[in-house]
Amino acid sequence: MMRLRESLVAALVFAAATAVSAQAVDAKTFRYATTGDILGLDPHANNEGPTNAMKSNVYGRLVHRKPDLSLEPDLAVSWEKVDDTTWRFKLREGVTFHNGNPFNADDVLFSHKRQTQETADMSFALNTVKEIKKVDDYTIEIITNGPDPILLLNMPNFYIMDKEWVEANNAFEVVRAHGSTNFANVNANGTGPFKLVEWVQDTRIVLEPFDKHWNQGKMEGNVTKAVFTPIANDATRVAALLSGEIDLMYPVPLQDIKRLEQDPDTEAMEGPELRTIFLGFDQWREDSLDNKGEKNPFLDVRVRKAFYQAIDIESIKRVVMRGAATPTGLMIAPGINGFQEDMNERFPYDPDASKKLLAEAGYAEGFKVTFDCPNDRYVNDEEICTAIIPMLERVGIKVTPNFQTKSLHFNKIGLAEGNDTSFYMLGWTPGSYDALNPLMQLMSTGEAGHGDWNSGRYANPKVMELTQKIKTEMDEEKRNGLIREAFQIHKDEVGHIPLHQQALAWGVRGDTVKSVWQRPFNDVDLRYVVMK
Amino acid sequence: MFAFIVQRLFQAIIVMLVVGFVSFSLFQFVGDPINNMVGQDATEEQRQLLRERLGVDKPFPIQFANWVGNILQGEFGLSYRMGVPVDDVIADRLPATLELVFISAILALVVGVPMGVYTGLNRNAWLSRVFLTVSLVGISLPTFVIGILLILIFGVWLGWLPTFGRGGAEAIVDLGWWTTGFLTLDGWRSIILPATTLALFQLTLIMRLVRAEMLEVMRTDYIKFARARGLSNRAVNFGHALKNTLVPVITIMGLQIGSLLAFSIITETVFQWPGMGLLILQAIQFVDIPVMSSYLVLIALFFVLINLIVDLLYFAVDPRLRAEHVGGAAH
Repeated sequence: MMRLRESLVAALVFAAATAVSAQAVDAKTFRYATTGDILGLDPHANNEGPTNAMKSNVYGRLVHRKPDLSLEPDLAVSWEKVDDTTWRFKLREGVTFHNGNPFNADDVLFSHKRQTQETADMSFALNTVKEIKKVDDYTIEIITNGPDPILLLNMPNFYIMDKEWVEANNAFEVVRAHGSTNFANVNANGTGPFKLVEWVQDTRIVLEPFDKHWNQGKMEGNVTKAVFTPIANDATRVAALLSGEIDLMYPVPLQDIKRLEQDPDTEAMEGPELRTIFLGFDQWREDSLDNKGEKNPFLDVRVRKAFYQAIDIESIKRVVMRGAATPTGLMIAPGINGFQEDMNERFPYDPDASKKLLAEAGYAEGFKVTFDCPNDRYVNDEEICTAIIPMLERVGIKVTPNFQTKSLHFNKIGLAEGNDTSFYMLGWTPGSYDALNPLMQLMSTGEAGHGDWNSGRYANPKVMELTQKIKTEMDEEKRNGLIREAFQIHKDEVGHIPLHQQALAWGVRGDTVKSVWQRPFNDVDLRYVVMK
Repeated sequence: MFAFIVQRLFQAIIVMLVVGFVSFSLFQFVGDPINNMVGQDATEEQRQLLRERLGVDKPFPIQFANWVGNILQGEFGLSYRMGVPVDDVIADRLPATLELVFISAILALVVGVPMGVYTGLNRNAWLSRVFLTVSLVGISLPTFVIGILLILIFGVWLGWLPTFGRGGAEAIVDLGWWTTGFLTLDGWRSIILPATTLALFQLTLIMRLVRAEMLEVMRTDYIKFARARGLSNRAVNFGHALKNTLVPVITIMGLQIGSLLAFSIITETVFQWPGMGLLILQAIQFVDIPVMSSYLVLIALFFVLINLIVDLLYFAVDPRLRAEHVGGAAH
């Protein structure tokens, strides 16, 4: 398989390059902070950004995702496709867990059972896997329900635990909020490059390099101790970086980026995130939610396009986001498998065209709409919505804002309250880093596992048919063609209004940190942290 | 006296039940915890399963009844956010907050009372005017602004004191049932800024209160008689005047210790102080119902206990109350 050979070569080159820069022996303590603590150490229980980042320092996966989003071997040394539904993985020999137990195929089989429990939030990554068979101690076969072209892309979300350790501590069950504390949620024993020294909840997590890691001595990073601290308050986090008490922190509030750049010892690192922020409309109700007795205006594609063209995305980028955003015409970001560079162009901002479209649709006088928006979920979410309101009012739409905290917002627009919205904001990062996930979750409806966050219930039979094909098409080129076709239909119909990818902003101390990789999923992978 | 204490403790239970009931009726408006607990890829079935497990799909009277039932069995539930028992979490955080409140209260008293006495006795001294002007700042600036200013000056510019936290791993000594920062230099360095921030408002309040009371008392006849008896200034000012100003000061201070606990939410957030205030704020953001309910009930208990202690202190400070009590009992 082509991809395998490429990644092996890449790994070799990488290893050769880093072997030269022999590790210094003196202590390199790396202290970093973000807004909140992790939800827990159980690798299968929670699916949340900072939690996943911490898990991947401690736990090994079959396949590891590099900063450039490509895949490299971790606990699997090689893999091949046996037939359309069978993948064979050769496992790495001589790997030990942090407690000294050896790693083998039984641990993989066991971890699969544990991760696919109903209460395990990470089960989504393995939902196409029918079973995992042991061929011998260091060979396994993954059998999928049907052909699964993106199985490998999900493998970095499959965390391997030690069977003996879990059983000895009676921690098989992924416990959520009831009964006894799950032992594996407050302790950790993985094969990852860092082992847990201490976790004081909401105060600090201390990690040290695992001296028996299979790749020991060949990694880019040189951290000998890492201390993670949650600091909730933005100003305090900035102050802690400026005073030198921490070496790295994120996110940097947009208004403080300049400040960090002005200080000779600190710098701001910016880069695009994978999350796409977009707006959606009610496209399934016959009657309007906001105008009693009238028909739902968003059923008309001209109205949807009018909304699209009324939004001045460049002004939002410049004024609201202070430049820290990448406007987008697609529902996925560059770097996601299936991204189409040439299709990323937006419909132009044009209030006159917008007014014309509304008039053609019979809404020359505009109409009333409630705008559902979260106020504590995405970067400047409330400010973006506030900026959009006058843009829509300019073309005659009377907008009533409904801005609220995420836990209320998501229930209102989500299935929990029957998609009780006619116009809303949402953001999405595909967990598998592939276009199929948004096609299923945002652009399809009807079937289980489809349209959980398609809050406006956008439904086009052709798009859904294409989605089914994309699910199982193993030929990469053909699959790409199908994705293009589905995206084109969605775009022509203005199924949603994609806005932008928000930027990541990290603050780093230049006097202590030599280099660090800023991955677009906004986490710190300690493998890549190099201290001075 | 014993009956009085028992009666107060009985009241405490009622207050706690009422607080619990009111907070449960408010939780309906905080949102659905499920959205914070699961990732975006969780299916609607998984979400519903979790709702049923947590019981948050039930109407609030039933949620409240379940909660009271569980508490009676000593089961406070698991924190939604952290997955560990709530009583463990609170026991973990309580020392940090109580140490902070303790130091702040001491600071407010030790600095505030003498300043009040001084400004009361020397109304026109220039130092009194300085104290009064500065105290305006303490009263009018919000806590978080003071905190950020102190961080900026002493943490970032001067670099003398830490900007956040309770100190590193070595700063906090674990005594098994209590974690303390009082035994290390690092721990003391860390508490200075947050304790000052928290104390400033109380300090100015106490100073102004003592000053007003002193001015009042100094005009009374018994002070004039005391002076006529030729008592020393010291005996008059502190033995007679100050002692008579203390009843209202104790009342206010008692209530203020309650609000120190409450204000510590802001101070702890600004300084990332790992105490109860930070815990409750994060619990609210996460809709962590078990933590929120237990916290509110515990705070209610604190208020009742503080009031009880204040009532008992009156007896100690004011002999008249004791005399009436004894007299009443004799009838």
